[in-house]
Amino acid sequence: MTVAVTPAPVDLTRAALSVRRRIVNRIATLAIALALLVALVPLALVTYTVVSKGLDVMSWRFLTDNIVNSPRRAGGGMWPAILGTLLITGTAALMAIPLGVFGAIYLNEYGKQKPLARVIRTMADVMTGVPSIVMGLFIYVTVVLAFNQSGLAGALALACLMLPVVIRSSEEMFRLVPDELRQASLALGARRWRTTVTVVLPAAISGITSGAMLAIARAAGETAPVVLVTAIVFRPEWNLLEPNTTLPQQIFNNASQPFAVANQRAWGAALTLIAIVLLATLIARFIASRYSIKER
Amino acid sequence: MTDTRISLTTKGGGVRADRLFRFSALAAGLLVLAILALILVTTSREAWPVFADEGLSFLTSKTWDPASNEFGALAFVYGTVIVSLISLLIAVPVSLGIALFLTELAPRRLRAPAVTVIDLLAAIPSVVFGLWGILVVAPALYKLYQALHDTLGGVPVIGSLFGTPVGGGRSFMTAGIILAIMIIPIITSISREVFATVPSSDKQAAYALGATRWEMIKGAVFPHSFGGLVGAVMLGLGRAMGETIAVALTIGAATQITPNLFAGGNAMPSVIVLEFSESTGEWTAALIGLGVFLFVITVLVNVLARLVVNRAEIRMKGAVA
Amino acid sequence: MSDFVRDLEGSVMATHDRPNVHIAAGRDASPVVPGTPVMELQDVSVFYGTYEAVRGTTLPVRQHQITAMIGPSGCGKSTILRALNRMNDLIPGARVAGRITYHGQDIYARDVDPIQVRRHIGMVFQKPNPFPKSIYDNVAYGIRINKIKGNLDDMVEEALTGAALWDEVKDKLKTSGMALSGGQQQRLCIARTIAVQPDIILMDEPCSALDPIATGKIEDLMHELSRQYTIVIVTHNMQQAARVSHFTAFFTAEVDSAGVRHGRLVEFNDTGKLFTNPDDRRTEDYITGRFG
Repeated sequence: MTVAVTPAPVDLTRAALSVRRRIVNRIATLAIALALLVALVPLALVTYTVVSKGLDVMSWRFLTDNIVNSPRRAGGGMWPAILGTLLITGTAALMAIPLGVFGAIYLNEYGKQKPLARVIRTMADVMTGVPSIVMGLFIYVTVVLAFNQSGLAGALALACLMLPVVIRSSEEMFRLVPDELRQASLALGARRWRTTVTVVLPAAISGITSGAMLAIARAAGETAPVVLVTAIVFRPEWNLLEPNTTLPQQIFNNASQPFAVANQRAWGAALTLIAIVLLATLIARFIASRYSIKER
Repeated sequence: MTDTRISLTTKGGGVRADRLFRFSALAAGLLVLAILALILVTTSREAWPVFADEGLSFLTSKTWDPASNEFGALAFVYGTVIVSLISLLIAVPVSLGIALFLTELAPRRLRAPAVTVIDLLAAIPSVVFGLWGILVVAPALYKLYQALHDTLGGVPVIGSLFGTPVGGGRSFMTAGIILAIMIIPIITSISREVFATVPSSDKQAAYALGATRWEMIKGAVFPHSFGGLVGAVMLGLGRAMGETIAVALTIGAATQITPNLFAGGNAMPSVIVLEFSESTGEWTAALIGLGVFLFVITVLVNVLARLVVNRAEIRMKGAVA
Repeated sequence: MSDFVRDLEGSVMATHDRPNVHIAAGRDASPVVPGTPVMELQDVSVFYGTYEAVRGTTLPVRQHQITAMIGPSGCGKSTILRALNRMNDLIPGARVAGRITYHGQDIYARDVDPIQVRRHIGMVFQKPNPFPKSIYDNVAYGIRINKIKGNLDDMVEEALTGAALWDEVKDKLKTSGMALSGGQQQRLCIARTIAVQPDIILMDEPCSALDPIATGKIEDLMHELSRQYTIVIVTHNMQQAARVSHFTAFFTAEVDSAGVRHGRLVEFNDTGKLFTNPDDRRTEDYITGRFG
């Protein structure tokens, strides 16, 4: 006959955990939370500074006047740079996005895991890491030396920077389209190209668009290639074959000047640029969230 | 046998359209390889005269004197290395912390806003960071540098790091700090992916043994993610080496090699953008040559990084399956 | 596999020559008058690379009748089905040996265009897969790409009626096809398939992702459809095959001397006969639940 033995009471409270372990855990948790703050603080500071200093100089005239031809002088506006940014970035987008989507179609619909496709995929990733100054040098050596500095050269450089980004993000979107949709289309007697264009592409279009907008936002902020291949102008220039100027270039030029008026212009241009980039980013997120591919 | 003679063999436009479509898609994909090859070929050709003239001393000599056609880029290599190191030292712990926060700590409601913060940080153009750096951060840090110089400047050995700060604060240190802020997003995002592939069963096992959260992270998350994290850091390094504008504005544009972190210097991409417009002839070729070198090493670092990340992720997903 | 055991009503097995499967009431056990074959399979095998996934399949597909393919998982039923409309072509390394003829023509002949084959032999899949388009555009898709002449609205309505879906969706043709219930989505996929006026409809376990009520509706639909089309259905549900089909093919998997599994056709017969008095002992074992 066994006698039931009641075990000694076990301490299940928090106090049972050794002090040292508790402290270490607490410190680690704090450090991790601190990390987020370290990222948050510069973001807040930059935004605050750009907005407050930019607003100081912002006005309708600032957005529509021509650029002063000497950094020492006060006044003037950024219209030529705004125009240049829109024209050059827009042209780059027109070149890079269709090519990028087509490249993504090859990678996901045809190439898949074949060796050539794997190489292209890896190289596209590598290409996203090529410094923008190198793209600028590339376009300088090929286009500018043959012709002249121009807005088009700037657009080409930006397109080279955008292409791999569009390819990879579009490929991800194509991958999300369920294979059953392709099978259904093929079973109805559609050819591969028609299946891709009428079923796969529409299904992925929202993700592709939002990815493209993010690539555009990044391209709009590029400075180094523009400095090298687009020269500078003070009046609005609509002809892409002529030199032009963009907001990032203006910021760069004005930032390194010792004159306070130049610095103020830089803040104004920065605010304008951030507004454009923010708009593109918000549109991208809106499209992505509203029209995302429904998971089946 | 039925009387309808159904044709199964219509050929025609359809097949040709399919082939054309596939070929166009392939051509677009090959464009990536073509551009990369073209970059290397065209820039090397343009820079060849300088390579031929200087030979290896292009990279080993620190005399950069355009007036007498002497182009030794060692000072810029040094600058790139120092600034990248500083930025990694700051950015890696912060990025890992953020990635851990997002995968392990954050309550559901905080996750999306935290990701937004990182996305916004990545969206800010580098020229804006440079502007902020040169006009706001550098002057503010100058006072800090002076204080550090006064207190630590005399200490043997490490005191040389804290030399006399250059006026205005534009220095290796400032550039490194600004750069750190800019590479945080990429290191964070890759680290997040890596942490997310740690099998939840391992984490549960650690908790089931009575581990605290930090002990679980040390025991289950880190060992699994080590390879991927190395890749993430390498990608951050690649980005840091190539960042041009923010560094150009904050590094001080001086050609010198010195251990003094508060002194001004120059890095490879920044010297190109700063000197390009006034350069001519062999000077331009030298800058292009610098660009070739920069291209080659960033491609190498990126290729290695991608291979490391891919292999680490394959190994982890294989372990789960 | 356990589905078969579950599906057998009553768990007590009768004597081994009286399998415990109920053939649908209303269908007598007398043999079906066989229709003319529209497709003939002669000793068909399907290879994936060097691996022979299924072998030795010889059977006819008879016009305006329903042929079911049953058997345990992994014995090649779906593989054979996909060979009939050359969907296997999409799998790299897939190869068909033997002869598959459609109205006397070998569909794997060199000059045959798979697109044309699929135009006449349609397919409904296991998981309903409507396009992320409107109901109308889903049904109209096949009509448009094959450039079938006629009034589009009428053809869409006819297809939806033929799939027993018209009444439920006629007021919301422009809404998304993916907003329908599972059973409705599958009927939409059927409507999409019959809109191109195929000769034969292949169905790959069309009800396995649906609830019993939706399943019942589709089984009723199959009877209707067989008047106009020829149907081949793969199903792992023996009861369904018994209820619905005129002819049944039973597949099984055998392991060869090297330990590799191959699928193989065991028996093809009139459904009534196969379920009450099968020719092959293996069929009988399967139907009585002794294995599988």
